[in-house]
Amino acid sequence: MKISRQTFLRMSAVSALAAAARRLAAAVSKTRWAMAVDTAACARQPNCTKCIAACHQAHNVPAMPDPRHDVRWIAKVSFGQAFRGQEDEYSPLRAAPAMVLCNHCDDPACVRVCPTQATFKREDGIVAMDFHRCIGCRYCMAACPYGSRSFNWLDPRPYIHNPNPDFPTRTKGVVEKCTFCSERLGTGRPPACVEACPEKALVFGNVADPRSPIRELLGSRRHIRRKPEAGTGPEIYYIV
Amino acid sequence: MRDRALIWSGLLIFLGILTLPIWHNLAAHVTAKGPDPVLPAREKQCVAPLEFMKSSHMTLLLDWRDRAVREGEREYTTADGRHYALNLSSTCLAQCHAAKADFCDRCHNYAAVSPPCWDCHLDRSPR
Repeated sequence: MKISRQTFLRMSAVSALAAAARRLAAAVSKTRWAMAVDTAACARQPNCTKCIAACHQAHNVPAMPDPRHDVRWIAKVSFGQAFRGQEDEYSPLRAAPAMVLCNHCDDPACVRVCPTQATFKREDGIVAMDFHRCIGCRYCMAACPYGSRSFNWLDPRPYIHNPNPDFPTRTKGVVEKCTFCSERLGTGRPPACVEACPEKALVFGNVADPRSPIRELLGSRRHIRRKPEAGTGPEIYYIV
Repeated sequence: MRDRALIWSGLLIFLGILTLPIWHNLAAHVTAKGPDPVLPAREKQCVAPLEFMKSSHMTLLLDWRDRAVREGEREYTTADGRHYALNLSSTCLAQCHAAKADFCDRCHNYAAVSPPCWDCHLDRSPR
């Protein structure tokens, strides 16, 4: 096929325009998943661990007998543990629980250090993991300022008592963490922890959309983030 | 010809050793037949033509992995327009090939390959 100069220029212009339009569309319809944790609502049920149970059931997270081998995607810790140095002796927040999970940072340290790109950042802000590619070097665990990652020191299979056949397990020597339920978001469902919370203390949404419920919440209530000084831009907000 | 007995017994032993593979295979019930995977009872159509799946199912699954994990795609459209969940566990294993031992393993054992899929993905065989 012979292409004249005019056709070539026309084709180049059209493809450049199409590429620009695509980028523009992506910028306009941007999604940035984030979560807000209402600590007061969470504190209303001090012994509740429904979000943890739902998450760990959905993702085949093993219940390791030895705490040194713990695998946790989401955990309940005290306010002081989650926000070191921010609590004081008289603060009412001392007793408040804090749900800690992967912060799905804007500039995640784990993604930077991963030598195999097993951990990567998706367009919608989720710090995702491709377990197939993880070589278990644990650089990400060293890099994460929040300790959000767990390593499988043992084969997890014997410690998964009621496996969910729709989600894979991991093997020995693989790092794992919260994936913001990307597999559920793909089919239009909210994360398992959000769905399981009886107090609706976990609010999940798109912070790139100024009219989303999470943005309204963050715009009206005082909130903090874990270790913002680490510069990673955590996207889990704690309403205090 | 005083060594006749010795020569004949030696020859017999030699022939026995020479034909050992035949006796071994007869004893182990090895046949020239290929693997015989059990096909699903209900579904008659796979996500791709049979010949393609026979030769390239591993490539298809790697492509599915990259699409699901990297691109966040959760639906697969076949060449003839059918839709499936893009998921090894809930499409392939749940809908058609539940018994791994009767389907996957038959060919894999025959070809002496051991793909690590089931190190993580769960076998849905009824227990």
